[in-house]
Amino acid sequence: MDNRPLEYDYTVAKMFMLTTVVLGIVGMLVGVILAWEMAFPAVNTMLGEGLAEYTNFSRLRPLHTDAVIFGFTLSGIWATWYYVGQRVLKVSMAESKFLMFLGKLHFWLYMLVVVAVVGSLLMGITTSKEYAEFEWPIDIAVVVVWVLWGMGLFGLIGIRREKSLYISIWYYIATFLGIAMLYLFNNMAIPTYFASGGIGDWYHSVSMYAGTNDALVQWWYGHNAVAFGFTVPIVAMIYYFLPKESGQAVYSYKLSLLAFWGLMFVYLWAGGHHLIYSTVPDWMQTMGSVFSVVLILPSWGSAINMLLTMKGEWQQVAASPLIKFMILASTFYMFSTLEGPIQAIKSVNALAHFTDWIVGHVHDGVLGWVAFMIMAALFHMAPRVFKREIYSKSLMNTQFWVQTLGVVLYFTSMWIAGITQGMMWRAHDEFGNLAYSFIDTVSVLHPYFTIRAVGGTLYLVGMFLFAYNMYKTMTSSRRVEESELQNASPMGA
Amino acid sequence: MDIGTIQAYAYFFFTALLVVVLYAYIYHLYSSQWKGKRDYEKYGNIALHDEITDKPVEEISKNDEINKKEP
Repeated sequence: MDNRPLEYDYTVAKMFMLTTVVLGIVGMLVGVILAWEMAFPAVNTMLGEGLAEYTNFSRLRPLHTDAVIFGFTLSGIWATWYYVGQRVLKVSMAESKFLMFLGKLHFWLYMLVVVAVVGSLLMGITTSKEYAEFEWPIDIAVVVVWVLWGMGLFGLIGIRREKSLYISIWYYIATFLGIAMLYLFNNMAIPTYFASGGIGDWYHSVSMYAGTNDALVQWWYGHNAVAFGFTVPIVAMIYYFLPKESGQAVYSYKLSLLAFWGLMFVYLWAGGHHLIYSTVPDWMQTMGSVFSVVLILPSWGSAINMLLTMKGEWQQVAASPLIKFMILASTFYMFSTLEGPIQAIKSVNALAHFTDWIVGHVHDGVLGWVAFMIMAALFHMAPRVFKREIYSKSLMNTQFWVQTLGVVLYFTSMWIAGITQGMMWRAHDEFGNLAYSFIDTVSVLHPYFTIRAVGGTLYLVGMFLFAYNMYKTMTSSRRVEESELQNASPMGA
Repeated sequence: MDIGTIQAYAYFFFTALLVVVLYAYIYHLYSSQWKGKRDYEKYGNIALHDEITDKPVEEISKNDEINKKEP
């Protein structure tokens, strides 16, 4: 045995940092292509008629959503877990060969799943359930990957030195348990080839649920995939990275606990708001609506706690682009967790449902909150895992403003487009005849679709700036000493 | 009693129950601190002092601490 002092081992965290950046660019690039296809349909055949099957909107759309959710965001969650987990539990991955093996296996199996998902979606193989498009063989592989993460997560907790689990750990545990439950139940399916004695392709399946039940389970899953993929683990990140970067302990630890249990209790009941005015029982729609409104409280509990953590230290927001990213993320979290409940109110939903306002809501949440927080986390981690300062502060600032402008263009255009759509769809004359045909709305919305595409493109440009900054940090930035890494991250000009 | 009446009672009952549970939890958090049972706010320091050489905010076991002090 050698006598080197014990250090945290970021091998697995680095692997997931790489996939966060790469899959983020892939997911957002596909998103930008889709946005231009919506504005200019000729883009659907940009690679020629022969390849239109692979470039059209319907083939690429699940690739965009799944790459951003299960590629970029999940990678970000795992990159931060393999970093934050060790630090707040005060135990190194290097202390357990078994946990290190599990971590690497987790990464490489995840890579296999990513390849299978991209390939199958491009080939048009899908269960047609939103955000649950993967066919059953991939689902089984996903479960194995998830169990591996769970073993690593609870394994690390099992050998910890710090007795109490920091609030972020509770959120990571909730992510693990929540997705495990949701994914299993929503993806219950019968492989048709085996059930029918050899008809069709071996990889096809049909859902175990039918009709309204299928819709209910699907949106219980769909909404909570947002909860346990886009909210809970991102809150885990901000509870660690904002206090650490700013050097301020979380404003109220008690509030963080209260908000945690509140979020856990309330979120699971809100999925019914996706099915308002559908065939599900009325009381269930009302419950979805009411719980969505109640959800403002625990969401704002965490967000306000983060803003108050900066109490007396607001000069840091002006001085540090890293703090800027996190404070804007927290603000967008408040904004989209107010917007969502408003959309879930029945009378508002009657106007908003199926319109672009919903698309705007998703994107102010994911671009403004989720992606900003993940990128801030990676920026904070980079000097600590590569032992080099962040390559360029001015590039970070540029990225911040380019992407903020992108998000603002995105959601404002989608608000106007969505509400215009909703109003035009319901407009009628005094005899009850609809005032507009569908194509009337399409031509009115064209400018807003173009603005959205511009906004998305700006955000993608910011992603490239982010990737370049991370690459330079990793390879050629100034080396830093341990003493420079206490709180505020060191940055080059 | 028709279903609507049962629903109304159930609605009232659950609302009251959840309000009680919520406030009881808040009371529990604060009273634990007053009574000196547990200082929740110190756990905020776990994120700030997270070097592997830092002393844990709460050791996992008292015995480990005693063992470490021995030469």
